[in-house]
Amino acid sequence: MSEPTPPSSPPPPSSPPPPSSPPFAPSWPPAWPPAVATPVVTAPGAVPAAPAAPLRSVVFRREREATWRELEGLLARADKGGLRALSATELARLPHLYRATLASLSVARSISLDQALTRYLENLIGRAYFVTYGSRQPLLAQIGQFLAQGWPAAVRRRWRALALATFITAIGFVTAYVLTRGDMDYYYSFIGDMAQNRTPASSTAELRAGLYDQGSFTSMLASFAAELFSHNARIGIMVFALGFVIGLPSAFLLFYNGLILGAFVALYTSRGLGWDVWGWLLPHGVTELGAVILCGAAGFTIAGALAFPGARSRIDNLRDHGQDAARIVAGCVLMLFLAGLIEGIFRQTVTSIGVRYTVAVATLLGWTYYFVRVGRAPRVEAEP
Amino acid sequence: MTKAVASAAPVPRPLSPLGDRRERREVITPEGVPISFELAAVGDRAGALILDLLFVFGTIIVLLLLAGAAFGASLDRKSWLVPLLVIALFLLQNFYFAFFELRWQGWTPGKRLIGIRVIDARGGPLEPSAILARNLVRELELWMPARFLIGGRALWPDAPGWAWVIASLWTLVFLLLPLFNRDRLRVGDLIGGTWVVVQPKPVLLPDLAATVEVAGARAAAAPAAYPFTEQQLGVYGEFELQVLEQALRGEPGPERTASLIAITNKIRAKLRYEHDVRLEDVELFLNTYYTAVRAHLERRRLFGKRKADKFS
Repeated sequence: MSEPTPPSSPPPPSSPPPPSSPPFAPSWPPAWPPAVATPVVTAPGAVPAAPAAPLRSVVFRREREATWRELEGLLARADKGGLRALSATELARLPHLYRATLASLSVARSISLDQALTRYLENLIGRAYFVTYGSRQPLLAQIGQFLAQGWPAAVRRRWRALALATFITAIGFVTAYVLTRGDMDYYYSFIGDMAQNRTPASSTAELRAGLYDQGSFTSMLASFAAELFSHNARIGIMVFALGFVIGLPSAFLLFYNGLILGAFVALYTSRGLGWDVWGWLLPHGVTELGAVILCGAAGFTIAGALAFPGARSRIDNLRDHGQDAARIVAGCVLMLFLAGLIEGIFRQTVTSIGVRYTVAVATLLGWTYYFVRVGRAPRVEAEP
Repeated sequence: MTKAVASAAPVPRPLSPLGDRRERREVITPEGVPISFELAAVGDRAGALILDLLFVFGTIIVLLLLAGAAFGASLDRKSWLVPLLVIALFLLQNFYFAFFELRWQGWTPGKRLIGIRVIDARGGPLEPSAILARNLVRELELWMPARFLIGGRALWPDAPGWAWVIASLWTLVFLLLPLFNRDRLRVGDLIGGTWVVVQPKPVLLPDLAATVEVAGARAAAAPAAYPFTEQQLGVYGEFELQVLEQALRGEPGPERTASLIAITNKIRAKLRYEHDVRLEDVELFLNTYYTAVRAHLERRRLFGKRKADKFS
């Protein structure tokens, strides 16, 4: 080992001793520039002087640490109790602290080699990001905005998918109707086990009674629940979800729905109960069939996003269209809920054909108006 | 990777600059700053899902028990309570996840317990329609496979064996989609444009460069006891500095002491360091060296000269 060089007098530091760090100020913006850091060693080969001042990054951290701690405290309380746990001044402070910490992160990435500090700031910003960019409106206001604008606008945007879904259902209906009118045995192949006591073997009187019977409250509610949740809503959501597989299962389900309807109507029409059966079906059927067709439209939207992405990537397209489709389906669940109410309660209390048809026409006009007019941007009046 | 493995002593394993080897994804905030999140492991997501399902079905069972206790033997199929329970089951099944993710901005009770969260993949706020989209598709990827796997033959009694097998496999693909893609997305994530990430936990460790000065008189004498020349400070780069930081921040114990001693020996050999380092001063020496190298590298960085590792 070589002899250590004899210590010489340490060379004077290159800059005068720095002033003491500025007073500790946790508010934004922080004091800048901080005290200049002198290095621990100077000229090569010389014995270094004692450290005169800390590193620049150390000073940077010392000045800003209170800001970060404050943000951390606010975030801990916000995560535990929601934003309501913070007072108004603290809520106003949150964006400032977030931006200050974000700036600190950028500075730390450029000047500091303290890995733990950079990771701490990243994690802190990650947590603050959720709180700062969470949803802005309370839940009820969001639901109101959805009903007033989001849902009808989404349906209007997807009118092509809606047309396709209607077309497929109509084809199913016409096919089954024509076939069943021609040969009543087709009824069994289309409807099968769901027929219960309404088959071609039943007498006309039995069928008529089935359209007009009145039940007790519990049977009404039971039929509401059974119809809605065992059949309608599940079918609706499945039709939407199956759009992910390029829409073919959705199309099949819509067609099948049309088939069942067509066979059913054909049976009653063949016995001369045509008016009655439409009066039985339409009051809730407008809403229910409309909801299932809309769910089909949502499914085709997703299928179209995957199959025909246009200029963008499939993932991006899927994301945008998926949000529209989700809006449509969420509204459809509401529609099916209403349809179930009408079907369960209204249909078994009211037996007059006139009232049934009035309600049917009213629902048709109501939904048409809702989807065509509600939520449109107001037209700008031209100045004369 | 081979740089640290080449040493004979137990130096900590090489780490990425962020300190771990798990999947990270970057999101650009609306301010334009990229922040990175760690993708949640598939096991974590499955665990959170199981917890949530337990909550859902637990609530249903509790409701059933309460109804049974309140109304006793008069509970039959015609009672009005059964349809209400069916309605509750439907709402819970389909809207439990969406409700909590809307209210808590990306959390459900199961996710909260595990510590993972939903974020928007493009860096914006989490839209309600995105939350709805990703949860309504559960019908395809969860309930249908569940019905196939559990209900099995009862669903489709006339089907030939091979058709049932193919149908089950098809639904299983949707259930297990997160295993088949790099971003661990399930169908709902694809449609909603979301990622599921680990909720970050910020822990501020003390600054190693600041501890040298607060240790007192002994620390003040340390630079004189362990001087370094400029040339010695320029041997290692940022990567080695961060490895040293990881070693100094390790859990106190015999392993850490052994690795610190090994590092000291290695540094002394590489630098051809002429002074002796006493065994009890190993940590002080390394702290001094760390502070000196960090000051040196940070100063050079300000002038745009970056030294990534000892080979550059």
